[in-house]
Amino acid sequence: MNLITRGFHGRRGGDPARIPPGQYEAHDFPVLSVGPTPRVDTDDWAFTVTTETGTAHSWTWDEFLGLAQERPHVDIHCVTRWSKLDTDWVGVSVDTLLADVESTADYAVAHSYGGYTTNLPLEDLTDGQAWIVHTFDGEPLAAEHGGPARLLVPHLYFWKSAKWVKGLTLTPGDEPGFWEQAGYHDYGDPWREQRYRGD
Amino acid sequence: MPSWTTATLEADRWETPTARTLVLSVPGWAGHRPGQHVDVQLRAEDGYTAERSYSIASASGPDRLELTVQLAPGGEVSPYLVQEFRPGDRVRVRGPLGGWFVWRTADPDPVVLVGGGSGVVPLASMVRERRRTGGRALFRILYSLRSPDDRYYAGDLGAASDPGVDVFLAYTRSAPPGSVRGAKRLSVADLNTHGFPAEFTPLCYVCGPTGFVETVADGLIALGHDPRRIRTERYGSGGGR
Repeated sequence: MNLITRGFHGRRGGDPARIPPGQYEAHDFPVLSVGPTPRVDTDDWAFTVTTETGTAHSWTWDEFLGLAQERPHVDIHCVTRWSKLDTDWVGVSVDTLLADVESTADYAVAHSYGGYTTNLPLEDLTDGQAWIVHTFDGEPLAAEHGGPARLLVPHLYFWKSAKWVKGLTLTPGDEPGFWEQAGYHDYGDPWREQRYRGD
Repeated sequence: MPSWTTATLEADRWETPTARTLVLSVPGWAGHRPGQHVDVQLRAEDGYTAERSYSIASASGPDRLELTVQLAPGGEVSPYLVQEFRPGDRVRVRGPLGGWFVWRTADPDPVVLVGGGSGVVPLASMVRERRRTGGRALFRILYSLRSPDDRYYAGDLGAASDPGVDVFLAYTRSAPPGSVRGAKRLSVADLNTHGFPAEFTPLCYVCGPTGFVETVADGLIALGHDPRRIRTERYGSGGGR
């Protein structure tokens, strides 16, 4: 149905090769969270990968900073319709964190300080597609944007890039996370506009 | 899941010189839970579309819903919806959306609602739904606004028809003549005085611009509220809503 909104002209200008359908380009960095911002001291911070057999691999903040650091330069897309182009981050590739982890799991759940969870296929976290980042635009990542460290999975809607991340649990089956249980799409590909369950 | 459906502007109300309530006729609309939002899609003659999310302001009901849109100067969608959109004009909507920033009418727990600016919109839906359903849960609303001229729903929110709903207006730039509090930012002392004590384990809903929500949520935690009882909705400064 091609209903026209009389008198609406809109503002073009976004690059359709980089702005997914239904998104607009934002020049600031809006925030979407479901509750208060957790304040996590890096002295207390740890990141843990737990396999489907219960084996855990953990890093303290200093150990995490001692791993190979990468500098992803990516576009990000939030389900609330803003996209932000050319963002710069520093962090550790999930490939690095999984290098010594034995697992046959197909899925992962990211867990955050504050209780937030989100689920992803493991193949979307590997092969240079995902990082645990601690720096944005040259500055330590602010708490309201997920600091001290957040997951960064730029090819999926940004709710998958869990803020205040503290670990990944590898699971044989798909286990829907917070927004996924609340009606959002299980996978969340912005280029296929997978916003809500059933899209 | 939710499919797009046609919404026609039926009536409107000006809440302030820059905020307009749109009464939309949406045949087949089945109602919503207070706090939820809808996606709105506008289509230009050449097929270009723009979509934004807006909180629902009205109580739940069939075949119509109300949105309040604050003009964001320089924005793409809100100037159209506030200044151009006329009765009989049409957009498409889909929803209701969002399953977390929602108040359940059957929940007897006391409720603290804290809204900053246009963040009062989903909170108004909760108060109106409470009224519609004859709810008895105790509500305390803290509404932060710049001046008396910026007040939404003046004749409605905090009306005498809502026993058990207290409304505190926190003016941040200019207060009415004779105000004892004067004009200042909403403080932890305000939250302490006009909210419920943490011992009552109220549900807290906080909605507004990011900085406001951060400050209020931190203040509630400082007063001993359980972070898991605090639900937030932040309006990005990107002009999205």
